[in-house]
Amino acid sequence: MTAALEVQSLNRSFGALQVTSDVNLTLERGARRALIGPNGAGKTTLVNLITGVLKPSSGRVLLNGKDITSVSQADRARQGLARTFQINQLFRGLSVLENLGLVIGERDGHANNLWRPIGTNRAVLDEALDHLESLRLVDDALKLVRELPYGRQRLVEIAIALAQKPRVLLLDEPAAGVPSSESHLILDVVASLDPDIAILIIEHDMDVVFRFAKQITVLVQGAVLVEGSPDEIMNNEQVRAVYLGQHSRHGGGSGG
Amino acid sequence: MAVSDTPATIDRTQARERAAEFLQRRHRFQPAEALPWLIAIAAYFIFPDRMTFGSQVLIMIMFALSLDLILGYAGIVTLGHAAFFGIGAYTVGLGAARLGWTEPISGLFAAAIVSAFVGFITGWFLLRYRGLTLLMLTLATAIMLQEAGNLRSDFTGGYDGLPGLAFQPLLGLFDYDLYGRANYIYALLALAVVFYFVRRIVYSPFGQALTGIRENVRRMHAVGSPVHRRLVTVYTIAAGIAGIAGGLFTQTNAYVTLTVFDFNYSATVMVMLILGGTGRLYGAFLGATVYMVLEDKLSKLSPTFWQFGIGLLLVLAVLFARRGLLGLLEDASKYWSKNKKVKP
Repeated sequence: MTAALEVQSLNRSFGALQVTSDVNLTLERGARRALIGPNGAGKTTLVNLITGVLKPSSGRVLLNGKDITSVSQADRARQGLARTFQINQLFRGLSVLENLGLVIGERDGHANNLWRPIGTNRAVLDEALDHLESLRLVDDALKLVRELPYGRQRLVEIAIALAQKPRVLLLDEPAAGVPSSESHLILDVVASLDPDIAILIIEHDMDVVFRFAKQITVLVQGAVLVEGSPDEIMNNEQVRAVYLGQHSRHGGGSGG
Repeated sequence: MAVSDTPATIDRTQARERAAEFLQRRHRFQPAEALPWLIAIAAYFIFPDRMTFGSQVLIMIMFALSLDLILGYAGIVTLGHAAFFGIGAYTVGLGAARLGWTEPISGLFAAAIVSAFVGFITGWFLLRYRGLTLLMLTLATAIMLQEAGNLRSDFTGGYDGLPGLAFQPLLGLFDYDLYGRANYIYALLALAVVFYFVRRIVYSPFGQALTGIRENVRRMHAVGSPVHRRLVTVYTIAAGIAGIAGGLFTQTNAYVTLTVFDFNYSATVMVMLILGGTGRLYGAFLGATVYMVLEDKLSKLSPTFWQFGIGLLLVLAVLFARRGLLGLLEDASKYWSKNKKVKP
């Protein structure tokens, strides 16, 4: 079976700085993989390379076995590759419902229609409301995104990616900036996503990583240090040294 | 099923219906929307001797409306929109002066097509850029067209223009009169038709995608929107409409000079739109009318310093009415209806 997403010896440098160095990564269909690494390891850069925001210096990206390295960002999205952003990228001046409606419109090609009023397409409205309902956002449907508290905006960020009906989903710190009292809702949502979607999650909270991920890739200084099951990563000496060791030192008190 | 009858489920269903209903109703004509049209019709009877001025107001409303599509909805900032007004004006002017094409309605169609075509070509190249770069490039385009017209002044009449153009009576029936009453009705009907098209576009999925590009172009790329194609499409349409406004300008004035390409025109129409309120359809109506009536009154009051009054109004609008006069009216009506609800 072809992998949902395959990254082959991907390189990218900004001037002399090698930010992505010979990265290989595979997401099988339905994968639940976490990408971890210290700050500045190049995790977001990797997401940008996979989604086409950045062009790699060398290497290939394959989506369902098809080489998409030279395909535009928008075309990759239309072929089933979706992402969320570490910092919200929302349509802040539009209502929550419109945020989803316009994404569904682009996905299904309705957005080419200059004549039919949006409100007459009940199917799109219903689908948008279904997405909102699954993220408990229905009550906020008519509010402008910029009027919502950050935690709810974070849910809209995820709802937009889900409205794309992706086959591969890259989540860049979905709970970042959300108080822990609300972050569990976001993580519950992530945990209950369609098991067919291949998911790569960047996350700093190790509890979340070990609970959610079936495989973990550790990125250090742009290169894959090691990958394996949560148990393997937890017991890996190298990882402890560069990542978990540092993590528990700063965390204080756990004593590893 | 018993489950679907719990109060929570009923609440949620109601919330869904409320949300759906809002979007299902939004595109329908509201009673308040009749107001600007009723005023326009009333003006015909109240100011029968000011119909030439009235036609100019209607033309500027149409021009501002075309700018609203690209600036207010798609978020494209341009300082060269007069290019398309000018091309429409000269399509009609040159058609009449050099080809003897004096039938007005087909002249407007020609103006729309030629302007839209130029909009498509320039938009295809320019709309890869945004912000200041785009601002400068659109400005340069309008200046280049103006200079091209000046270079061939033997053909275009240059800054002396093409004076004394004669057009056939509308539909062969309504002759042009001294006070421009036929022109006023003609311009009003043209505006109504154009407005209907613009309104359809604004409430269509395409229009919604444009607002998405305005709000966050980065996310639009990420969700698979062909951003460049959307922008070129709306730019082409807006150019066509600006061309119709330009064509009407030539027909109602019976002359045209290269000043229609002036930077001044591009800037004025943007000021009108911002004054009225961007991205809200009727902002163009309010802004163009207020601007032109003020200009008319103030310039009679003080021929040299009338621009001071306009400048003052603009400063006040930017300070206290960021969403334009129409935004101010919306806030006022919201405030009013809220207070009404509180009192039993």
